Amino acid sequence: MTKSRRAVRDGSLYYRHSLTVRIMHWLIVLSLPVLLMSGLNIFNANSELYWGKSSYSGSPPLLALQSREGDDGEITGVTRIFGHEFDTTGILGASKNQEGELKGRGFPSWMTLPGVQWLAMARRWHLFFAWVLAITSTCYVSYSVISRHLRQDFLPTQKDWRSIGKTVKDHLLLRHPTGEAAKNYNVLQKLAYLSVVFVLIPLVILNGLGMSPGMDALLPGWIDFFGGRQSMRTIHFIVSWALVGFTAIHLFQVIVTGFWNNLRSMITGKYRIPEEARHE
Amino acid sequence: MSKNNELTRRSLLVRGVAGLGALTLAGCQKVSESTWFSKILGIGEKVTYKVQRLLLPRKAMAQEFTDADRSPQFRSNGTSTPNNPRYQALAAHGFADFRLEVGGLVDHPMSFSLADLRALPSRTQTTRHDCVEGWSAIGKWKGVRLGAVLEAVQPKPNVRYVIFHCADPMEEDGSSPYYESIDMEDAFHPQTILAYEMNDQTLPVANGAPLRLRLERQLGYKMAKYVMRLELVEDYSKIAGGKGGYWEDQGYEWYAGV
Repeated sequence: MTKSRRAVRDGSLYYRHSLTVRIMHWLIVLSLPVLLMSGLNIFNANSELYWGKSSYSGSPPLLALQSREGDDGEITGVTRIFGHEFDTTGILGASKNQEGELKGRGFPSWMTLPGVQWLAMARRWHLFFAWVLAITSTCYVSYSVISRHLRQDFLPTQKDWRSIGKTVKDHLLLRHPTGEAAKNYNVLQKLAYLSVVFVLIPLVILNGLGMSPGMDALLPGWIDFFGGRQSMRTIHFIVSWALVGFTAIHLFQVIVTGFWNNLRSMITGKYRIPEEARHE
Repeated sequence: MSKNNELTRRSLLVRGVAGLGALTLAGCQKVSESTWFSKILGIGEKVTYKVQRLLLPRKAMAQEFTDADRSPQFRSNGTSTPNNPRYQALAAHGFADFRLEVGGLVDHPMSFSLADLRALPSRTQTTRHDCVEGWSAIGKWKGVRLGAVLEAVQPKPNVRYVIFHCADPMEEDGSSPYYESIDMEDAFHPQTILAYEMNDQTLPVANGAPLRLRLERQLGYKMAKYVMRLELVEDYSKIAGGKGGYWEDQGYEWYAGV
């Protein structure tokens, strides 16, 4: 147990998350879904992804969500990925609008913000919350380094690395640490949080910035490091879904390890150590 | 607590979350349609404009490419044949009678023929065109430096924006001509040109003949095609919808550097 984790008077409750961490956590919880959904609305304006500097290099798109109208006037949604075609009517390529009519549309209305196809407004949402995410994550990284939150809680120790096999097994069996062990993040948690904070979020921000013709001029050619502007759009898209993947696993873990306890610790800061611990 | 209770609590939770989600989405739609909320979100654009202007040196150059990078065909976007009899008459004569009018807050209002413009300092650049929709295309442009045109007419000290009045009407009935505006820093940027050539050929009508703006550090909708008249102003709030451009009047950001 580290010094920063002050013991709370009630023996089983301890102070897990500082106020700064809690505020930043919720700001990110607010901004990620807005960014994802407004991002999908923006994607719909040109529902294809390319690799390279431009969209007109002669090579076909890596991913395309399209709609096709049959002779009978029936619309089908088609997803083309690496040259393979799938009928995805109803979800991708063509889906029902808010009036219930089937229309050609990349991602469906319920996944986008706003629900109607409205590029100008989607960009407003996206570019406002991009600032919220960028500022919050910069603050978070600085705070973690300065307050030693990073070193004390996230950097895996020698012992962590040795326990990796056991931790993977425990996770698969949904066995969760109790007692003193529950006070520290395990090695998988550490790696997951580290990769979100230092890989996924920086990548999603950097690749978002790379799509800005203004930022490209800062150091002409820097975006070629990622393969060019259209590649950056593709990476931005993939990393966004990787963040959705992280969020899904994170939420699952939050639920199976005691939803209300976890929720309380992220609201009040206080976390109750799992019961069995007291008998150890 | 019995298992049954636990289950009910869980299903209630799931339903609660789904309901909350639907409500939130409906709410987001509502606030998107309100002016006050749209204004709050608009702060994002103002911050981006300030930060990019602060971060980017005045003469920071957009990336330039080689001939090999050029897109096989440069897409024509927006208007491809302006529905405007005056423009069509000019086009029929190969724009021999075309005059670019430059006026507003200037010491010497002038008009330039295409030959006059070709005699002024030019620049050739192979650049990437980024559409607000997300696609990019690479083309080679040659044109007169906007800075050179402006120096000829001598802007008054209080000028803040250049307005580009275009020949292409955006409504079927021939009304609502396209227009755009940029600030003076962009106007005097070395890569800001009024292009008369694309890919070593005279600029085609589909791409904005006889003159189109190239503003390489912003998105495509800023780069007005079919430019007929430049107006130097201190403020654009009295022009058309008052937001500084046709797409800006439809809700797009005035600063399109992102």
